[in-house]
Amino acid sequence: MSALAAATSTGEAVQFWVLGTVAVVGALCTILMKKAVHSALCLAATMIILAVFYLANGAYFLGVVQIVVYTGAIMMLFLFVVMLVGVTAADSLKETLKGQRWLAALCGIGFGVLLVAGIGHASLGPGSFIGLGEANAAGNVDGLAALIFTKYVFAFEITGALLITAVVGAMVLTHRERTERARTQRELAEQRVREGKHLPPLPAPGVYARHNAVDIAGLLPDGTPSELTVNKTLRARGQIRDVSREALNDLKALERRSEERLGRDRDALDRDGRRDGQEAQR
Amino acid sequence: MNPVNYLYLAALLFTIGAAGVLIRRNAIVVFMCIELMLNACNLALVAFSRMHGNLDGQIIAFFTMVVAAAEVVVGLAIIVSLFRSRHSASVDDASLMKL
Amino acid sequence: MDNAENLIALLVAAPLLGAAVLLVGGRRLDRTGHWIGTALAAVSFVVAVVLFADMLGRPGDDRTLYQHLFSWIPVGGFQADIAFQLDQLSMTFVLLITGVGSLIHLYSVGYMEHDERRRRFFGYLNLFLAAMLLLVLADNYLLLYVGWEGVGLASYLLIGFWQHKPSAATAAKKAFLVNRVGDMGLSIAIMLMFTTFGTFAFGPVLGATGETSEGTLTALGLLLLLAACGKSAQVPLQSWLGDAMEGPTPVSALIHAATMVTAGVYLITRSGAIFNAAPDAQLAVVTVGAVTLLFGAIVGCAKDDIKKALAGSTMSQIGYMILAAGLGPIGYAFAIMHLVTHGFFKAGLFLGAGSVMHGMNDEVDMRKYGGLRKYMPITFVTFGLGYLAIIGFPGLSGFFSKDKIIEAAFAKGGTEGWILGGAALLGAAITAFYMTRVMLMTFFGEKRWQPDDKGELPHPHESPRTMTIPMIVLAFGSVFAGGLFSWHESFVKWLEPVTSFEHGHSPLSAATVTTATVAVMVLGVALAYLQYGRRPVPVTPPRGSLLTRAARRDLLQDDFNHVVLVRGGEHLTRSLVYVDHSLVDGVVNGTAASFGGLSGRLRKLQNGYARTYAVTMFGGTAVLIAATLLMRAV
Repeated sequence: MSALAAATSTGEAVQFWVLGTVAVVGALCTILMKKAVHSALCLAATMIILAVFYLANGAYFLGVVQIVVYTGAIMMLFLFVVMLVGVTAADSLKETLKGQRWLAALCGIGFGVLLVAGIGHASLGPGSFIGLGEANAAGNVDGLAALIFTKYVFAFEITGALLITAVVGAMVLTHRERTERARTQRELAEQRVREGKHLPPLPAPGVYARHNAVDIAGLLPDGTPSELTVNKTLRARGQIRDVSREALNDLKALERRSEERLGRDRDALDRDGRRDGQEAQR
Repeated sequence: MNPVNYLYLAALLFTIGAAGVLIRRNAIVVFMCIELMLNACNLALVAFSRMHGNLDGQIIAFFTMVVAAAEVVVGLAIIVSLFRSRHSASVDDASLMKL
Repeated sequence: MDNAENLIALLVAAPLLGAAVLLVGGRRLDRTGHWIGTALAAVSFVVAVVLFADMLGRPGDDRTLYQHLFSWIPVGGFQADIAFQLDQLSMTFVLLITGVGSLIHLYSVGYMEHDERRRRFFGYLNLFLAAMLLLVLADNYLLLYVGWEGVGLASYLLIGFWQHKPSAATAAKKAFLVNRVGDMGLSIAIMLMFTTFGTFAFGPVLGATGETSEGTLTALGLLLLLAACGKSAQVPLQSWLGDAMEGPTPVSALIHAATMVTAGVYLITRSGAIFNAAPDAQLAVVTVGAVTLLFGAIVGCAKDDIKKALAGSTMSQIGYMILAAGLGPIGYAFAIMHLVTHGFFKAGLFLGAGSVMHGMNDEVDMRKYGGLRKYMPITFVTFGLGYLAIIGFPGLSGFFSKDKIIEAAFAKGGTEGWILGGAALLGAAITAFYMTRVMLMTFFGEKRWQPDDKGELPHPHESPRTMTIPMIVLAFGSVFAGGLFSWHESFVKWLEPVTSFEHGHSPLSAATVTTATVAVMVLGVALAYLQYGRRPVPVTPPRGSLLTRAARRDLLQDDFNHVVLVRGGEHLTRSLVYVDHSLVDGVVNGTAASFGGLSGRLRKLQNGYARTYAVTMFGGTAVLIAATLLMRAV
């Protein structure tokens, strides 16, 4: 605590530069990672580092809340939604809007430069540094509580109303009222017959021969793979392993090995054939 | 070390988040970037609180977190329902405002 | 009487009530309406007499009464009150308006007997009286303006009373429009007063002329003169007066004698303090007066329509009054005195003319009269007395008042004095000429009666008593008023507390001026006698000289207006239309087209992608931050 009252210590400086670098890298990874799951994980890492910074800045309560609420609850919510939504073509990093990336980079750099210039311009030298020693004297949580329940009590109450509203809103948005009777098996079957496609159940993935993984398409009788056999999500991700060539190659190798084992080498055959021909000429 | 460095870090994270909003198409990632921007603001507020020696900045950061939580709940609900109706989480697909 | 001031509002209220009752009352008042109107005008006159007696009972400098009715428009520093001020000047006007007005009401009972819309006519007459009384009783310029506009409205309604005649409708419109030009001057003058003095009450405005720059006062004076020209039919806004004869004859009498045209003289006299401090404005006033008095007189010589000849005469006589009012303190009292005497004899002359027309099947052309003195003796005598009064026959009203004005004009001093005095003398000679002409052509000579549309010769007869009594009363006024007023300078002393008075120092002695006036009058009468008394008057007017032909056309006033205002206006409009089409429309259409083109390109920015909008927003934020930093750096 006493360290907080005065200027920053060397230990904090080391911590800032190491963790700060990691936080920036995490943030960059958040926006650059192709998969949403990876982005979420990088963001969680950045948030945890921010929690550490909160603690270092004397905001003990906020630091804990950051870990528990943000990283623990909100980021997990993100992961749940990623799981629900699955992987889509939107994950591609290829830009579709013309000039968007350039404009974004220009604006981002300009904005960042201006912000930094603004901060540098402001008179926030070490002289204006007071520290939280006095404010946190009775404990950080006590100090926050004293403010929340006196000066900010109305804002606090209103945030309560806001949270209730948000909960109701989320429920309204995601809840679907079933307005018609669920269709029976029979009806579904009849619909399939009417549409005239996939009358039988979809074929199972790669259970033929040697491959029984779900990411391998089953082979049609002519040896070509069937997309139908693979799960839709895997198809969208492009994670289908094509083993059709591999199977043919394996077959060839098997044939060769069995020939060798049975002693029917090609040379002997050729010789026999030639001999038969000569005998026929005679 | 000058505690102003926390502000520079906050500015950097905020800018990165903003750029992410602009270049990513996946609505979930866009949302994450918004969270990143909010967190950057919180860091700045906490740093201000320390510099000025009072807890008001932390209170505001606390409120920001509450609001962010509410926003995430509603925002993700919107994304889920959007995905249900359009089978896509791309923000570009929701371009109904086009002329 | 202790609370005499409480009666002032009654002066206005009585005729106003009459107007309201008669105009709202509907047909059930058709039988009694004219008597209600006449009675209420008479009530107003009785109240005026009571107030006059009360006023005479007090010393000269304590005769002004004030009545504050209510606050009209109280907005911050802008205070407009409904408040009346009754001083000697207002009293004079009130007596003239209510007295002559009541007589004209009485006369109209007989004159309008066969008109279906008589009730409405009396409603308008009462409205006219109420507006005119409001005008002269107001204690501030804004309320005066209300009365001023009320007079304009009432004159419009009355001149166009026979609205089925297109000429009457046109004449009413003309009077209204020409008056609007003058009204504009008054309204601008009131605004200028408010910005200069912060108020428009008579007391503060006229009391503060000493501290105001002469330029402002000159501007005020010229604007007030413009207003006076409109209402009093002075050059250059005189053109409506002749056409206003389209109204019924009592209306002409009312407009010319008691109301309307006297308003301009009242305005100038009331604003005397402003004119006294602005010599340039005064010069403009006397110029207008001198020009108009000759203009009207010349027009009067050429007209064959008896009413139009009298209208020219009115214009000329009002010119005398304006001339006198422009002379400053040496003339104000005489302007008002001439106004009152003129009110008597001109009303008498018009009522006489109406009586003649009444007997001659509404014929107005004097060339078709002749020898009427035997058939209409009362009309002949009263008209004759009015005639003698207006030409300034020694001992009658007009002699005293006109003589004083001519004397004051010479007293103006210098070259101006000689010019003005000469013009006034010349006017007197011409007045004698044209009035003698009217008299001779109407009442003397052989009968030149012509059959009317139905082929019947007129049977001239004396008019009923309701018409002759007012004429007789007015004839008494024409004969004795001037002498009474000049008795020990009683009128001048009466008005002195309000208008102030100075004796002018004329380069000619009073006796010389009087002799000259009488001499030119005799000359004018003699010339007219040679022209119209000795020789028979042709029924169809001879071609006449260039001046005669011009004068018959009102000295080309309408042609002038047509060429300068109408043609000029048309050209201006046409060029404005051209500018509008090419320049304004071009700009507008060009703007529209450029916006259309711009929008066509800009709409591509609206591609519906949220991320594009986000970039725009983000860039905007960056620009805002940059601006903030720049502002702080500067």
